[in-house]
Amino acid sequence: MKNLKRVLALSMVGCMFAGVLAGCNNNSSSGSGTESKTNTGGGSGSSSSGSVYWLNFKPESDEVLQDVAKMYTDETGVPVKVITAASGTYEQTLSSEMDKSEAPTMFVIGNSAGVKQWGSYALDLKDTDVAKELSTDAYNLYDADGKLVSIGYCYEAYGIIVNPDLLETAGHKLDEITNFDTLKTVVEDIHSRAAELGFDAFTSCDMDDSSSWRFTGHLANLEYYYEEKAAGVTWTEAPATITGDYLPNYKNLYDLCINNSISAPSELATGGHDASNQFATGKAAFTVQGSWEYSTYKDTVPNAAMIPYYCGVEGEENAGLNCGTENCWAVNSKASEEDQKATLDFMYWCVTNADASKKLVDTFGVMPYKNAAASSNAFLKNASDYTDKGNYVMDWATNYQPNVNEYRAALVSALNAYNADQSDANWEQVRAAFVDGWATQYQAANG
Amino acid sequence: MADNNTNQKTASQSEKKSETFFDKLRRIFGGQNASYTLKRPLRKWWLLFMGPVTAAFIIGFVWPFIQGIYLSFCNFRLVSDAEFIGFDNYAKAFSDQSFMRSFWYTGLFALTSLVIINVLAFAVALALTQNVRGSNLFRTVFFMPNLIGGIVLGYIWSMIFDGILSNFGTSILQNSTWGFWGLIILICWQQIGYMMIIYIAGLNAVPEDMLEAAKIDGATRWQTLWKVTIPNVMPSITICTFLSLTNGFKLFDQNLALTGGQPIVMQDGVAIKQTEMLALNIYSTFYGTNTAARGTAQAKAVIFFILVAAIGLAQLAYTRKKEVQQ
Repeated sequence: MKNLKRVLALSMVGCMFAGVLAGCNNNSSSGSGTESKTNTGGGSGSSSSGSVYWLNFKPESDEVLQDVAKMYTDETGVPVKVITAASGTYEQTLSSEMDKSEAPTMFVIGNSAGVKQWGSYALDLKDTDVAKELSTDAYNLYDADGKLVSIGYCYEAYGIIVNPDLLETAGHKLDEITNFDTLKTVVEDIHSRAAELGFDAFTSCDMDDSSSWRFTGHLANLEYYYEEKAAGVTWTEAPATITGDYLPNYKNLYDLCINNSISAPSELATGGHDASNQFATGKAAFTVQGSWEYSTYKDTVPNAAMIPYYCGVEGEENAGLNCGTENCWAVNSKASEEDQKATLDFMYWCVTNADASKKLVDTFGVMPYKNAAASSNAFLKNASDYTDKGNYVMDWATNYQPNVNEYRAALVSALNAYNADQSDANWEQVRAAFVDGWATQYQAANG
Repeated sequence: MADNNTNQKTASQSEKKSETFFDKLRRIFGGQNASYTLKRPLRKWWLLFMGPVTAAFIIGFVWPFIQGIYLSFCNFRLVSDAEFIGFDNYAKAFSDQSFMRSFWYTGLFALTSLVIINVLAFAVALALTQNVRGSNLFRTVFFMPNLIGGIVLGYIWSMIFDGILSNFGTSILQNSTWGFWGLIILICWQQIGYMMIIYIAGLNAVPEDMLEAAKIDGATRWQTLWKVTIPNVMPSITICTFLSLTNGFKLFDQNLALTGGQPIVMQDGVAIKQTEMLALNIYSTFYGTNTAARGTAQAKAVIFFILVAAIGLAQLAYTRKKEVQQ
């Protein structure tokens, strides 16, 4: 018995030690993501002794990126680690990972706020091989001194996705829709006959975190864009204030979405309706979404097409889609030279290797590089068709929203109140969150 | 026989008082005859026993705590890359309207929940110590909510509240009064069972002879409760009020999951989150705003710590005074 107790006590001490030592282990990855670290070694063509650590921010791309990482390691022997931040926690993950001795060598700086916060950790990518492969400068981000902080690795488009088959069932054609008035006619007609048709006009416009960004981020872009356009400028950094001159147009389209959808406006605050699923299963003819949803719809709604945000602005018959990106690679300037070189080599390989770029294009949509695989994304094809016709591209002015999470949270709250009671007083709260909130958050972020 | 028992008891009590730390360890590990086998090794091997815990405590608590205080005087983006700037962060924290507002809101919440939780937990404990049939089952059931994590609870309750409120075309996110009471209901549901267990332990320890004496003296049940039972469970009340008060101040996950601070109202150009408590305010300062505000968030966290510690200690000192010796 005595021995048993002694053994027990000693083994507990052992356990405690193990616990402490495990806590000290620096190499263990954070729990918030998935990891693949492959080091087969001895592969051919290994040009450096560095390694690559890519901190990815899109959970939906994780699987493909792990594959690509493995392909590269198999081919060259250079270890590539891909860690994906859990949805919505990229900023947190980046902060903690950058603090570690094995910090990410390759991460995402997607907008001007990101450039301000992380720009000093980014290597100047000008004249690197991968930057020379770019087919356009449109998606690159520079800091105030002209340093090329990050380069776009794919771009996306958003607008209104339409199911043309359902439109035909309802006796309409996609060509009919050329501006807000024609859109409104079709939408209201479908909504009024929803019971008879078996489908509604818009999918649910949920205001929970999984969906509200479609309205507070993307739909809001039309206001910022037309404001930019009226002023004849393109923002290169967040303005201190906005006028909200085109807020009535935002209201036009927003009202149309919430009042002609599957869910009543008062049911939207906590969400729980799956808009993607509603559209994929043919329960609604319209949804406000982006090109990354193509993979969700390509089998279920093969004819789906994307049309611009028609909102009652003059000349909008010539509008195109909202094109831009937040997917921009930056290289950690504080990483060792070997790691930086390994990372740049890996990036170059990603955009030039036929197999790798094919895989990446399938998940990202399109890559703006001369030798990357061609895109199969129908929505991005829509986007380039509009551009080819000479329509104007609506750039992603929404990327300049100051303190984006706080700004959007206030807007969501105001929209919730408005959804429950569509009064002028409540719209005034939306205006305050939209316009005054911008100034407030700009002050908080820059003051 | 009875005398004999009492004598033994007093003897063992005095023995207990005079025993040293090593005696205690010997008693725990080796029984009466273990002095040879354990005393020497313990003197030799104390580092082995104390070391891991001390190291874990220093690595996991003391060091981050000191570093946290240092960071509150810094402008930083990464912990390893901080620049000392003095008291600026504290000045910013105190001039932040939203922080002050969430301070008062948290105080109100903590007080309300303190009263409701303790009154109800005590009442339930009292009911379940009256030899009710199936009281063990009730105890288990009342305790169970405490085993569910705060985030999950928050989402479950938001579904329950919205399930009801959606019939009236509204939601818990739209009205700060509902948000407040929703949080109170949630926290009560979660914590009453836990406090109940502590109260039951306290109630079971009230000496039978005192209760009997009160009965013989003709005290009513009400008088017995106030004059005998409650003074005797003061230690439980101390610990329960301490726990519910500090829990109320520290509340975070439930707040985040249930309302996330909504509704948000623009007041004089400042977005005020109506149901945001201190911990959530610190979190959203740290992550929601520009990284320049991280030092401010850190300063808020230090203020928050001092506040919770001070309130907790003051409350402990106050209720301790009320405890009676049995």
